[in-house]
Amino acid sequence: MAAATPETMTAGARERSLRVRLIPYIDRFGILFIVLVMLAVGTITQPEVFLTWRNLSNLPGQNAALAALAMGMFVVIVTAGIDLSVGSVLVLAMMTTAVLAREQVLPPLLLVPIPILVGMLVGLLNGLGLTVLRLPHPFIVTLGTLNIARGVANLISGGVPISGMPEPVRFLGNGSFDLQFIQLPVSLVVIAVLYVGFWLFLQYTRTGRHLYAIGGNPQAARVSGVNVERTLVLAYVLSGATAGLAGLLVAGRTNSGFPNAGIGAELDAISAVIIGGASFFGGRGSVLGVLAGVLVIGLLRNILNLNNVPVFWQQVLIGVVIIFAVFLDVLRRRAGSGNE
Amino acid sequence: MTRENEVPVIEARGISKYFGAVTALENVSLKLYRGEVLGVVGDNGAGKSTLMKILAGLYPPNAGEIFVEGKPVHFRSPKDARDMGIEMVYQDLALAGNMRIDENIFLGRERTRRFGPFKFIDNAASLKQAKEHLDKLKIEVKSVRQRVEELSGGQRQAVAIARATAFDAKVVIMDEPTAALAVKEVRKVLDLIKDLKNHGIGVILISHRLDDIFYVCDRVMALFHGRNFAEAPLSEVTRNDVIGWIMGNKSPVAQAAKIFDLN
Repeated sequence: MAAATPETMTAGARERSLRVRLIPYIDRFGILFIVLVMLAVGTITQPEVFLTWRNLSNLPGQNAALAALAMGMFVVIVTAGIDLSVGSVLVLAMMTTAVLAREQVLPPLLLVPIPILVGMLVGLLNGLGLTVLRLPHPFIVTLGTLNIARGVANLISGGVPISGMPEPVRFLGNGSFDLQFIQLPVSLVVIAVLYVGFWLFLQYTRTGRHLYAIGGNPQAARVSGVNVERTLVLAYVLSGATAGLAGLLVAGRTNSGFPNAGIGAELDAISAVIIGGASFFGGRGSVLGVLAGVLVIGLLRNILNLNNVPVFWQQVLIGVVIIFAVFLDVLRRRAGSGNE
Repeated sequence: MTRENEVPVIEARGISKYFGAVTALENVSLKLYRGEVLGVVGDNGAGKSTLMKILAGLYPPNAGEIFVEGKPVHFRSPKDARDMGIEMVYQDLALAGNMRIDENIFLGRERTRRFGPFKFIDNAASLKQAKEHLDKLKIEVKSVRQRVEELSGGQRQAVAIARATAFDAKVVIMDEPTAALAVKEVRKVLDLIKDLKNHGIGVILISHRLDDIFYVCDRVMALFHGRNFAEAPLSEVTRNDVIGWIMGNKSPVAQAAKIFDLN
């Protein structure tokens, strides 16, 4: 490397310090900026449709399942893990509920917790595979349960759609509260409660803090007295639970169980989490970011649909957004370590 | 300055540890008294770190006993050891870079407040107590809200020491605390150790740097090939003695020859 003159060095230092100072703002508000831009684009391209309650109130229903999946996926990604099984858990939870509803073996209200319990069970298997069987990476065990759960879903349902969900399930997935002027979708309320609950859990409880610590440095967590194994199992159980909840919401919304549900949903969930600013290497990200990530994907699809853009372009654009979001993460890490 | 009549704050008797067919420690004993700084020296692989990790509850020993203030203890995890006031500062520091200074100090022992059936983390209390504790140790940082990854090596070391001493520690074990530090940071850490000693805390210091040992320690012991090799109050040994111990040699003449060779 050639010796730099004093002038270029100061210029370089100045430029770098500016960049370093900008990063926290990009970090915190970048995703919000993207959401605002999208709202503007939506409003400009479809002024008569986009900002109507009729359009916007469709968003929660269409994206509630994604929002639920992404929340659980975020918990796992915070620990530097990954849960590939969530799409399959969604369909297994859904088909289990559908079969039980068809057979009428349980009172309708008792069917509501069933999909969540199914999800927790698969999550428990994931967690135990990781900690007890010591499989080398959560990619492996959740890839296994991705296949197992979808296979079992087809086995119990015969691989055919089953229609007819009981009233309480339909209410959660498709109902709305009549608030005089507006119809408030029940699924929106469910997601709001879920997100507030997880925000409190991750920010203000010891276990939530430990999840971040495990993602940052598992050895540090261990020697500080954190039960790393138990906390990891909990993370996967929570991810399973939210995937089960997603199954419940889809079942209620469609009033049925269908074997193709949730195919590729794990990738949408991962996309939302990463777009929302969580680091794939663990320990970073926030619930608000996940919400923004879900909004970005939801709004992108909505705007493109309103403008009659073919569905294939949606895929392309979501891909671009993922890469852009992770590039922001790279910039932040470079600035954060300060020794680049 | 023998303290044989006193109950040691921590004592290990006849500790053995095997990793498969490898013998890491064989019948090793150690005593540490209140307010004492014990230097532990030995070549790479002599078993220093393994012994410390056993004292800190990270590894269970295959044989031997540990006593804290005269009472036998069985650590199943670092948490057990920390609950008894035995803290360790690891060589790699074991900090979570993604978390704030106060979060690292209180990791595993978060300050909480009760709201009905829930216990929530009390950030205000944890920030305040972390700040007070750092001030007490005369550790300077811009803000306790800084993430640990933003700190210099010396500051990280200081945070690791702060974490080890934030909860009425009786014993603080330090594994090569100065190895990765700049020269002027080394002195700060060593003075910090003297401070701990003055507060009545027992300190075990592993170091390759004889300057460190001779600056802060009261007593020095050497391990060689996983066994107790030699031990003496610092006032009774010279650097050359200690260098000889590290190389497994107690005879001053042969020792001198070896040093001559090496230098």
